[in-house]
Amino acid sequence: MTDFTPWTALAGGLLIGGGATGLLATTGRIAGISGIFFGLARARGDRLWRLLFLAGMVAGAGVLFHQAPTLQFAPRTEFPLVTLVVAGLLVGFGTRLGNGCTSGHGVCGLGRRSVRSLAATLVFMLTGVVTTVVTRHWLGVAG
Amino acid sequence: MNPHIVSSAAALFCGTLFGAGLTLSAMVNPEKVLNFLDVLGHWDPSLALVMGGAVAVTLVAFPLVLRRPRPWFGARFHLPQKSTLDARLLIGAAFFGVGWGLAGYCPGPALAALSFGRLEPLVFVLAMAVGSWIAGRVQQQRA
Repeated sequence: MTDFTPWTALAGGLLIGGGATGLLATTGRIAGISGIFFGLARARGDRLWRLLFLAGMVAGAGVLFHQAPTLQFAPRTEFPLVTLVVAGLLVGFGTRLGNGCTSGHGVCGLGRRSVRSLAATLVFMLTGVVTTVVTRHWLGVAG
Repeated sequence: MNPHIVSSAAALFCGTLFGAGLTLSAMVNPEKVLNFLDVLGHWDPSLALVMGGAVAVTLVAFPLVLRRPRPWFGARFHLPQKSTLDARLLIGAAFFGVGWGLAGYCPGPALAALSFGRLEPLVFVLAMAVGSWIAGRVQQQRA
């Protein structure tokens, strides 16, 4: 169980939107994390900004996490490894095939008023809700 | 100053904001995400405010940014060119949502959570990379 945290949720969302806007304004790039990450594997001379954005993201998340005890949470201990691996495979496969994830389609695509991103966001929200409800309430899988 | 250095610094800084937002909003906690998707459980609406806050910023700021002829430290805006829906987009988004709903990780938070020094995000990110590689192979064979 987790508590509803409206203020930190909203403030965090503003920071995410601010980071995405800053990246577009300064470098002309879309802050879609799956696309930035998968693009690292393709050698086309534009690896540097990808590496730096991701490094900043990991560092920003890590420093705040380690400095702010109230934001820390205990790791899951009984989450099945098989579920974790299958989930990772599906997320990697799906975001590559569908050209985006929560950030690329959700945060940035909606900001661009993209019909493709709106459709993608509605679809992954729907399948996400259905999957969690089915696994938790019908199959009784931990999580 | 060299525009490459300025643009690199900007990418790093924007990534840091983005990552700090992920930790502050607690989206790096997969339980928080699953408790949003689990609409039949003890519902935690936090994710809606994260997404709402981020999209509020991009909805207002992206059109202002894109009104300029080019980004501050770049030659042009790199935006997706497709505007029509296709099966690949929707199938990809559907797969992504299933993976997201299984474990509670999407690409940004999973990568950001690598900074916590825990095993779960690492396993997920490796599986995600493999999933993306498989999607790349499938697309090559069908092309």
